[in-house]
Amino acid sequence: MPRINSPAELEELRKDILLKRDQNKPCIAVCTGTGCLALGAANVVTAFKEEIKKQGLEAKVDVRETGCPGFCERGPLTVIYPEEICYLQVQPDDVEEIVSQTILAKKVIDRLLYVDPITGEKIVHESEIPFYKNQMRLLIGNNTKIDPKSIDDYLALGGYSALSKSLFEMTPEQVLEEIKKANLRGRGGGGFPAGMKWETTRNAPEEVKYVIVNAHEGEPGAFMDRALFTGNPHSVLEGLIIGAYAIGSHQGYIYTRHDTPQLIDNIAIALTQAKEYGLLGENILGSGFSFNVEVHLDIGIFVSGESSALMKAIEGRTPEPRPKYIHTSVSGIWEKPSNLNNVETWANVPPIINRGSEWFSSIGTEQSKGTKLISLAGNISNTGVVEVPMGTSLRKVIYDIGGGIPNGKKLKAVHIGGPLGGSIPESLLDTPVDFDELAKVGAPMGAGGMIIMDEDTCMVDVARYFLNFLTDESCGKCVPCREGIRQMLKILTNITEGRGKEGDIELLEELSEVTRDASLCALGGGASNPILTTIRYFRDEYEAYIKEKKCPA
Amino acid sequence: MSEILLQIDGREVKAEEGMTILEASRTVGIDIPTLCYHEKLEPYGACRICTVEVETRGRTHLVAACLYPVEENLVVRTRSEKVIKIRKMLLELMLAHAPEAGVLQDLAQEYGVREVRFEKEPSFCILCGLCVRYCAEVKKKNAIGFVDRGVRREVSFIPEIASKECRNCKECFSLCPTEALQARFLLTEALMSPSPSFEPKSEE
Repeated sequence: MPRINSPAELEELRKDILLKRDQNKPCIAVCTGTGCLALGAANVVTAFKEEIKKQGLEAKVDVRETGCPGFCERGPLTVIYPEEICYLQVQPDDVEEIVSQTILAKKVIDRLLYVDPITGEKIVHESEIPFYKNQMRLLIGNNTKIDPKSIDDYLALGGYSALSKSLFEMTPEQVLEEIKKANLRGRGGGGFPAGMKWETTRNAPEEVKYVIVNAHEGEPGAFMDRALFTGNPHSVLEGLIIGAYAIGSHQGYIYTRHDTPQLIDNIAIALTQAKEYGLLGENILGSGFSFNVEVHLDIGIFVSGESSALMKAIEGRTPEPRPKYIHTSVSGIWEKPSNLNNVETWANVPPIINRGSEWFSSIGTEQSKGTKLISLAGNISNTGVVEVPMGTSLRKVIYDIGGGIPNGKKLKAVHIGGPLGGSIPESLLDTPVDFDELAKVGAPMGAGGMIIMDEDTCMVDVARYFLNFLTDESCGKCVPCREGIRQMLKILTNITEGRGKEGDIELLEELSEVTRDASLCALGGGASNPILTTIRYFRDEYEAYIKEKKCPA
Repeated sequence: MSEILLQIDGREVKAEEGMTILEASRTVGIDIPTLCYHEKLEPYGACRICTVEVETRGRTHLVAACLYPVEENLVVRTRSEKVIKIRKMLLELMLAHAPEAGVLQDLAQEYGVREVRFEKEPSFCILCGLCVRYCAEVKKKNAIGFVDRGVRREVSFIPEIASKECRNCKECFSLCPTEALQARFLLTEALMSPSPSFEPKSEE
């Protein structure tokens, strides 16, 4: 790979890549995201490659292994370009027919198409399927258009133009100002304005500063960051480099899970390729700005995604949170100012730089701008990763995109925000996806994991499930979190095993309050949220469970 | 060092920059209870018994006094209703593990904790970490550490180090608020060096 030494050379390279590509050449894009791989996508890819070889079509047809487009429910997914014909649940047995019929004879195979459950109509194009049609896929939409292992694919879509623009047309202050004006709020859970955080780190007196991608995503039922980062690693990396430039950092860290081999591979490849092109490392694009990135793998504990715990892990110490009376943005890794943002937050940076803060803040609500990635799981027809503009109602996410509740059941509750989040009832479905509105009803957005539950779900069991998760995933350092969770789980277990007694609900509330108010970090602070919201909205169920020794659900 | 003026329980207190609320309180004899705090050790903030209420820039927070740095015009309440409620619950939670511990009983009396509503699970240890931190920070030996996490967290001597370092030291014993440590050491010692009478006889 040639090293690129200026913005002009970058544009030349981009032109070269595009020139070599024939937009009309058929391309079979097979999703090899985690969900589709689990459903056998690797065999589908092999079958396509063999079939194309057998027919001698290697020069005429491309096969692309892409990241996750989100419709996990119907995988393995295959999209045939340039027509954008979308086939669902493709098996190796279908491959011969797809090549001979769709690629060669240009005929659509009806039986592999999406069938609208209401109208019975067959839908050919990906973008017309309701699951996709009702989304706004600014971040994840490129996943089917690129092979995550190919930087050229990313460049072909305009990749790294925002970096080039930042380095050569903007001062670090201007970049920072743009992010502040966009009012980009952190997607990891807190919803804190990213620009303000950047500014704190930038203004901190220490010379050495760090920037970090939090790709830990430890909560059950959340898989959107993984889908985005695995499928389009350069979009996150580009955001990180731009952030480093704005903040004045020359060293970055990517903190991710040890148990996501595909993601780890794709990050490693992305870093190598970006370095070879001179988009990362010394003197990026000849600008004089240098920045390096190191990957750090976690040890698999939920609390290590907490910022101060994460930073201790990077230092090589036990990932235990510390009180953040002095913020990590001022004193983080090795007591240096360290700016931590989540995967999705970083991925929002290049589009903001390219299209401007005004464009970005035209999407969403008054206080929550842009789009939000959500992973839909539980009792929902279309399990998968979706992206909607902030302000979209939960009802639209669940019914128009998610396809509603399967098996003719009724929706009972939606759990948002993982083990530190809350469950809200059907009556609140018109609440919009918005940091503040969701927090108001007791279900803070968290990172965007959404678990849908039907009428058969026992809400006491749900609370118990999350508390059980937390007994293993808390670090155990402070008393209110460790002991509060221990006792709350005991009470919930007693109730679910028919040993509940009068006063249990009140004791749970009392414990919840102390755990929330006195714990050292946000894990203890949010640990009682599932209990508090299920008591708030489903108190009857607790009462009946205690009285009748079994759950009415 | 510049001087900082703050208010603790209605009293004007002068403190030095970099001091914690706990240190500032102690200079004027305002008592905030502690369990995991020790002057010779880095503040740890784990037991939360020193939780106090602070008012800063118009907002009220609950913070650990052993860690929170003093600020100009900070208003601190060391015994507000909320603080008392928290301390009572924390004591109850710890008494379930170490019902006989003198320090806990004294505090329980002071705060009016009359019953423990939780099932007794005497591990005797409240995981204050004084032993672990003393060994690491003062003695620099790391002969004792935390193992496991969450509700399974416990302290454990590291036999390889403990067998060399501990017999002539035992300085951490007196720090332990519950006497769990001595028991743990005896157990480790027994496991490390079984007395001759317990040694399995070789087969003849």
